[in-house]
Amino acid sequence: MIKVTIDGVETEVEPGTTILNAARQIGGDLVPPAMCYYSKLKGSGGKCRTCLVKVAAGSAKDPRPMPKLVASCSTPVQDGMVVQNITSPEVLEARKGVVEFLLINHPLDCPICDQAGECHLQDLAFEHGSAKTRYEEERRSFDKIDIGSKIQLHMTRCILCYRCVFTANQITNERVHGVLNRGDAAEIGTYIENVIENDFSGNVIDVCPVGALTDKTFRFKSRVWFVKPMYAHRNCDKCCGKTTIWMKGDEVFRVTGRKDQYGEVEDFICNDCRFEKKLTSDWTVEGPAPIQKNSVQAQNKYLQGIKVDAPKNIGYGNISDR
Amino acid sequence: MARKLLLENINVPGIKSFDVYRANGGYRSVEKALKTMSPDDVMEEVKKSGLRGRGGAGFPTGMKWSFLDRKSDKPRYLVCNADESEPGTFKDRFLMEYIPHILIEGLIVSSYSLGSNSTYIYIRGEYRWIVDILENAIAEAKHNGFLGKNILGSGYDLEIYVQPGGGAYICGEETALIESLEGKRGNPRMKPPFPAISGLYNCPTVVNNVETLATVVPIINMGGDEYAKIGVGRSTGTKLISACGHMNKPGVYEIELGLPVDEFLNSDEYCGGIRAGHTLKAVVPGGSSVPILPAELFYKTKEGVARLMSYESLSEGGFASGSMLGSGGFIAMDETTCIVRNLWNFTRFYHHESCGQCSPCREGTGWMEKVLHRLEHGHGSMSDIDLLVDIAKKIEGNTICPLGDAAAWPVASHIRHFREEFEYHVKFPEKVAHSPFAHSADYKRELNTVLQ
Repeated sequence: MIKVTIDGVETEVEPGTTILNAARQIGGDLVPPAMCYYSKLKGSGGKCRTCLVKVAAGSAKDPRPMPKLVASCSTPVQDGMVVQNITSPEVLEARKGVVEFLLINHPLDCPICDQAGECHLQDLAFEHGSAKTRYEEERRSFDKIDIGSKIQLHMTRCILCYRCVFTANQITNERVHGVLNRGDAAEIGTYIENVIENDFSGNVIDVCPVGALTDKTFRFKSRVWFVKPMYAHRNCDKCCGKTTIWMKGDEVFRVTGRKDQYGEVEDFICNDCRFEKKLTSDWTVEGPAPIQKNSVQAQNKYLQGIKVDAPKNIGYGNISDR
Repeated sequence: MARKLLLENINVPGIKSFDVYRANGGYRSVEKALKTMSPDDVMEEVKKSGLRGRGGAGFPTGMKWSFLDRKSDKPRYLVCNADESEPGTFKDRFLMEYIPHILIEGLIVSSYSLGSNSTYIYIRGEYRWIVDILENAIAEAKHNGFLGKNILGSGYDLEIYVQPGGGAYICGEETALIESLEGKRGNPRMKPPFPAISGLYNCPTVVNNVETLATVVPIINMGGDEYAKIGVGRSTGTKLISACGHMNKPGVYEIELGLPVDEFLNSDEYCGGIRAGHTLKAVVPGGSSVPILPAELFYKTKEGVARLMSYESLSEGGFASGSMLGSGGFIAMDETTCIVRNLWNFTRFYHHESCGQCSPCREGTGWMEKVLHRLEHGHGSMSDIDLLVDIAKKIEGNTICPLGDAAAWPVASHIRHFREEFEYHVKFPEKVAHSPFAHSADYKRELNTVLQ
């Protein structure tokens, strides 16, 4: 076990742990946000740059600081490393910059986006973004594409985290989509109009941090904060069968994987469970799923009686920017 | 005449062919290294020479070689980075086109030292005709027993392969180059692990610039100590400088590091001065990504010390008043140059060449281009200038690879040194549109959109 100090909190972790995972072991506000890193996907991370942190001392042996901010999701900790995240103004400034970059070409169409309410970019912009944009030019836009009968790809909202590419690489046997072109013209695509048909292809919806990949069986059916997430399971011969079903009354609106507090699924589920089993009788309901304190879903009435930490700075953007 | 090491025989007729090259003392270093020296001896000589990477970063080559993981049982690779795409840099092209055997010779010696049995030359796709020249040179060397199995009876085997790239600037970054060489999309990798531990096909790999590897030849021939005597301070040896811009004699020159910049730009032996009737306005001394220097800061540092063509002297003053030697792409501009337009052009390049993997560079380079496009065409406002500085600051240091820095440095330095010119563009769009050096579109017309 090696020692690492993050924002003044000391912890012991296994050698080879990344700074981000060490911070997650401590938990709380000092966990850097991550838009592209996904612990279940090998090789993910390092791309969005929202998890940048300052390494004030490299290790006990070599206590020099690292010259640049590092991506905490892909930098392993060293014994005696001292990391600054929210205690470093430099990091917060850089993060604000990254959020601004992520938003300049994002359509900000949250009012009509199915992801609203469970969108990582929304949370990130709420925490670190500014209320006004300095971007005057036309935003990048693409046409919506149907990739298969159940999934829709809306590239305009994509932040190119590459998670769906890693998912297709690692949990399905063949990948038919990927990143085309380069720079700000880069897009997720199937090159020639192609259909992603695979028993596990639906998981790209779960890993997508924004509303670029959405479930066509749920599109425009309901806002996520009007449906009630319940843990449920069924016997499935393809996957673990453990899911979250999103219900309104006795109706199942959609099925997703079980997500932890960082929005990562515990286990990938198959398309049968996700798209086909929309009857209450298909599922054995276990009970309400936990909801993150900052989530807009936590505002819903049914949570009365369950203790929820109130989200910080409610309003439009940061108070200082208003 | 100053000393020439790489381009010594460049004017010998037929130097492209093996026979002429050999008759002029070529492949001596291979004989010397393989017959009388151990691989470690070769590395020691390179270390002693103080040779620094000629591709731009100036990292000591001997040290880079010593990082190579020699203990693992995986094969080791040497990759020659011939993906020379920096605007203003064309020295490797000249070397490979006119004297290809010096690169092959350098590759054999370096591969022997590093223990690489298959060495790759990754060359940019636009140099299609040079691929043929290099393959021809490799075939000649192989025919004469300098490549293949059991070279010169030493028991050392080596094959050299030439791989053209698809034409992307980013593939000059060593990990993106390795990805591309493996047949993947040329996205830079996250570091660590560094290529010296896990590079090409997850094997230990060294990636070096063409000129760096060619320079190994004179180092072995004359000895590392002797080579280190050339130059000044930690900038040892000679360097190819590709000079272009408003000068009388643009071209590729081999200089001894430590040559005064004044002599390089104004003497007849080198660039021959700025074209008649004009004065120097600014210099980009090391390829488009290094900070620009106005004429007064180019000739003399802020402290009034005359600058030399060396890694240290050009970076004297840091980013506030200095620049970098970089890859040696020397661009001189006279007073007719529009700095705003020049910066727009540079930024357009980085926007086009960003790989799109990490967000600051993907979004920031495009944004900077759009703002500069607006400024240059007379649609800018004063706040745009500060906006540019701020975008550059937020890209710099926050990206996976150095392309983000390379895009941000020119913006920051152009505005630092020529702010009044940007302000002039904002205040007097009509004058800019009709000035002799602006090819600006009519400022009254609606602005056309920048393509993605």
